[in-house]
Amino acid sequence: MSYLLELDSVHKQYKSVIAVNQLSLNVPPSCIFGLLGPNGAGKTSLIRIITGITRPDSGSIRFMGKPMNSDMYSLIGYMPEERGLYKKMTVGEQLIYLCRLKGYSKEQAEASVRHWLEKFEIVSWWSKKIEELSKGMSQKVQFIATVAHKPRLIILDEPFSGLDPINTNLIKDEILQLKNEGASILFSTHRMEQVEELCEEIVLVNKGTNVLHGPVTQIRQQYRENLYEISLDRPANHDDALGFEIVSSDSNLIRVRLQNGQSTNELISNLIHKGYHLQGFKEVLPTFNDIFIKTVNESSHE
Amino acid sequence: MNKLGIIISKEYLTRVRNKKFILTTLLTPLGFLVFFFVIFLLMSNESDKVYRVVISDQSHTEIKMPDNSSKFSFLKSDDALDSLKAKCRRGEVDAILVLPNFAGVEVRNYTAYYYSDKTLDIEMESKLSNYLESSLRNYKMKLLSIDKDQLDKVDTRISIDPEPISDTTADRSEYTSKIATMLGGVMGYVIFFIIFLYGASVMRSVTDEKINRIVEVVISSVSPTELMLGKIIGVGLVGLTQLLIWFVLIPVVYFIGIKMSGIDLNDLQKLATQIPQDQMNKAEEIQFVMREIMHLNWYKILAVFILYFLGGYFIYAAMFAGIGAAVGDDLNESQSLTMFVSVPILLGMYAMFSCIREPDSGLAMFSSLFPLWSPIIMPALIPFDMPWWRLGLSLVLLFVFAYFIIFIAGRIFRTGILMYGKKATAREILRWMFTKS
Repeated sequence: MSYLLELDSVHKQYKSVIAVNQLSLNVPPSCIFGLLGPNGAGKTSLIRIITGITRPDSGSIRFMGKPMNSDMYSLIGYMPEERGLYKKMTVGEQLIYLCRLKGYSKEQAEASVRHWLEKFEIVSWWSKKIEELSKGMSQKVQFIATVAHKPRLIILDEPFSGLDPINTNLIKDEILQLKNEGASILFSTHRMEQVEELCEEIVLVNKGTNVLHGPVTQIRQQYRENLYEISLDRPANHDDALGFEIVSSDSNLIRVRLQNGQSTNELISNLIHKGYHLQGFKEVLPTFNDIFIKTVNESSHE
Repeated sequence: MNKLGIIISKEYLTRVRNKKFILTTLLTPLGFLVFFFVIFLLMSNESDKVYRVVISDQSHTEIKMPDNSSKFSFLKSDDALDSLKAKCRRGEVDAILVLPNFAGVEVRNYTAYYYSDKTLDIEMESKLSNYLESSLRNYKMKLLSIDKDQLDKVDTRISIDPEPISDTTADRSEYTSKIATMLGGVMGYVIFFIIFLYGASVMRSVTDEKINRIVEVVISSVSPTELMLGKIIGVGLVGLTQLLIWFVLIPVVYFIGIKMSGIDLNDLQKLATQIPQDQMNKAEEIQFVMREIMHLNWYKILAVFILYFLGGYFIYAAMFAGIGAAVGDDLNESQSLTMFVSVPILLGMYAMFSCIREPDSGLAMFSSLFPLWSPIIMPALIPFDMPWWRLGLSLVLLFVFAYFIIFIAGRIFRTGILMYGKKATAREILRWMFTKS
């Protein structure tokens, strides 16, 4: 399988601080890829290296199968966490300007910007200045600035911060559509429920190092704790546990952790035997929140 | 169009289309015009009232009455002072001028008395004293039997004409250095002004972009050096545009203004011809000056002016851009770093004043070669004849230094523009200068 973006042993050091430490990672094409990590883990440094804003001290970066060169940066779209647009310029002008800096001709840029404004039903903002727009409105403009030049790789740093639920959904739909059209989205966020909802693969960075990466479903499997949630027809009696560890019980709902050698069938038949009627049974996979905290803590103590 | 071109045109167009730019560019010449007219109105403010002055002549000098003018009317009266005062009170006349006895040639001081309840204004006072001075002078000349022609012959007009000794130096007239000083001062000042104004504008543009973080998006598309150069060139073109517009607009506005206000140019000429006899050679002097101005090598002056403008602008704008990138979000902090730019440029300005007084001094030699000063000094010195080797050397130094400064500023810019939160220390900035990316 050929990857869209391949980082191999990328290293970047500022004075005594190692921002990115021998980090390797692969982003497949047409994928929503989560870039996770605690504050100061080196995510921004990594993004700056990928976008060509800074150069790594060592390591190689390949994009679309070839070593990254300066012409390829026009195939990347980047929305930084700290949003910024030219306050005094009109929406249309600055979108065209930013699009042209990515190598579009004036006509191409204008057509693409118009297409996106129509898509978001905000063509009427064309000659409005950014300072006249609300925060949520300028966020949409910022998103268009990131994708108007049809990038193959879209880097979004906390794309939903400051957006209301309606606009969040709007941007989410766009992200999914861009993915379906073949672009990959490198998506940096601290909101773990968004990771679970959107990302197919993730990398977790701590202290500049890749501490966990892979497909989301696989990681959750890997971190499974054999925890099951069972809803019963009546409150469970702890004396009925019979060697099963009941982690928590909340009236009719219990959580049970299976030990080595114990199977779900054993658990179910046991409960049935005790005269309970099972109304629901499911495995509780760890949330990304838990995985995040666990992995970061472990890697920080190493 | 390459990316540098796109940045230049964006920086240029957003500024030129800005309402503030359009207003200042158009209103500045109008402002000058308004200023000019206000002064004109203030100066020419004349009340319609005619001052009636009675002259009671007891001087026994056969004095002639002064000419009546639109503002003053004079009449002679031999009536007693008391009856004249009564006339004054009744409002028939406004003032009484009493000329006491004039003893003769030996008199060095003479006091006339002006009776009125109104204040004696400056115009009236000078009119009356001029009148008395010339009348009494004529009277004394008559007593001493001096002929007016003879007296005129006594005065000799002096001029000292500087002549070169070596053949290579051009012949200068006595006015050359005066004109050169004036012109040089003006050009040096204009360059200083433009560099400071637009250099600071480059800095503001850089800090703005850094503060609102758009810079991260921009330099993921273009190199920081392209961004910096684009800003410097774009803003520089705005400056040139503004100068060009003023260059055309100011004469046009003045011409239209003069036409519309109904000031007749003939009136001004009449005013000029009313210059008293003894000032007549002033007009001659003006002709000399005009001829000297025509004799200056204007092509050379203009070329030098533009070259030094470009060199100086690039040097200082690059320094400003570097500072703009190095400072944090706190604009106050930029002020302490701006010193690195404003101190040399201000010193250059002061050096210029000294250099145009002594264009052959060692200081002038040094300053005309020193690239931080030469953009101000050299245009100021160029109306004085400047050997070609010195001009050439100065230009080479200027552009080599400009290239070097742009290179260094580019390094500061590249690092500083991505630093947020804290201000860079001088040591850090020094290190950025000498580290490759």
